Amino acid sequence: MPQKLDYLKETASQTAGPYVHIGLAPGAAGFDIYERELGWDIAGPNAGGERIRVEGVVIDGTGSPVKDVLLEAWQANAEGVYAHPEHPGEVEEGFRGWGRVITDFDTGEWGFDTVKPGPVMGRIGKMMAPHINLWIVARGVNVGLNTRVYFSDEAEANAADPVMGLIEWEVRRQTLVAQRAERDGKVVYRFDIRLQGEGETVFFDI
Amino acid sequence: MTKPAEYYQRDREWHPPALARDYKTSVARSPSYALISLEQSASEITGPVFGHNDIDPGDNDLLTNYAQAGESPIGERIIVHGRVLDENARPVPNTLVEIWQANAGGRYRHKKDMYLAPIDPNFGGCGRTLSDENGYYFFRTVKPGAYPWRNWVNNWRPAHIHISVFGSSFSQRLITQMYFEGDPLIAKCPIVQTIPDPAAIDQLIAPLDLNATIPLDTIAYKFDIVLRGRRSTLFENRLEGN
Repeated sequence: MPQKLDYLKETASQTAGPYVHIGLAPGAAGFDIYERELGWDIAGPNAGGERIRVEGVVIDGTGSPVKDVLLEAWQANAEGVYAHPEHPGEVEEGFRGWGRVITDFDTGEWGFDTVKPGPVMGRIGKMMAPHINLWIVARGVNVGLNTRVYFSDEAEANAADPVMGLIEWEVRRQTLVAQRAERDGKVVYRFDIRLQGEGETVFFDI
Repeated sequence: MTKPAEYYQRDREWHPPALARDYKTSVARSPSYALISLEQSASEITGPVFGHNDIDPGDNDLLTNYAQAGESPIGERIIVHGRVLDENARPVPNTLVEIWQANAGGRYRHKKDMYLAPIDPNFGGCGRTLSDENGYYFFRTVKPGAYPWRNWVNNWRPAHIHISVFGSSFSQRLITQMYFEGDPLIAKCPIVQTIPDPAAIDQLIAPLDLNATIPLDTIAYKFDIVLRGRRSTLFENRLEGN
């Protein structure tokens, strides 16, 4: 018998269930408990760069909106710096780069306000196009789903992005590109997420 | 500053598959295509940082964080405690742990929960805390009740507490559920049974921890949480340079 490796095993994931809001967004569950809920302000007041909104719906395999999703966003600031001690560079006071939103109980719509991130240095010196990392949990989702939001006005950077390049089927790359529009003078990116079926969003094993 | 290094890949045969037919809701919500495997970059090895300014000291006490002054929720008073570790068995310090659960009758304080068991006026059902420098965390709460749910006609969830943990990077983000030793419903639950390996299920079951009980006051269960481990940087890795 060889020696035994003494690694632990990661705790297995379980679905967040239908009542995820109680724990992570209690106001939405219908009650007030914490002084401050977390994740409602991604960029803070001092962040530089373009102010944007990202919104969409999550759609299941039948084409119906999923109304009990929680999404978390993780992004760099406009200079491409993550608010993390291991990432070189500084972020603006109050810039956290992380947020969480839930889908509307009636329509399934979600959205958050932030700043558009800058390009981030990727592996082996290859620049990644501006993107927001998303993590999606819901009832019926057994392990949180990871995807990325890219931006339609960054076609050149997207084409050179090393992660986009990993997606063998070019037609699927478009599922990661949020479409830019203007509404009431504000920049809004539309990013619908299809869990299954035609136009299924690309999800990553990170 | 630690030199950036990747986290070990997630063992997808240990976690539940996206599609688990006996858990019916997963059928239309599971991606059909394979996940695209991504070698980690800065986007995956960084993640949000939380501090004591984000939460209040009483947020981890579900016996008091929603109760009216001088009152207590109904139910078995329990302590849930343990450590947040990584796969290298190192503590994960200062990480945010959030929990939510039903009350002792199996009812959630949620506008969408219509189960006939009553709301407890003194129980909110959520808590949060930061692990300490040794990865240790604890909550005080009541033991949640089992409750019925629509899957097959007659399904009952075993008593459980939902747990959300961040770790140090977005790739360690995890939501799971903790079950209680000795619960006969565990073996019958289609959500538990989405996990293929019985050893992985055992790891979700908190044992009674008599040593940690408070005599004549509160019973205790121990639950260690393991997040993905990280590669050492003893040898060259190509993440940051040429």
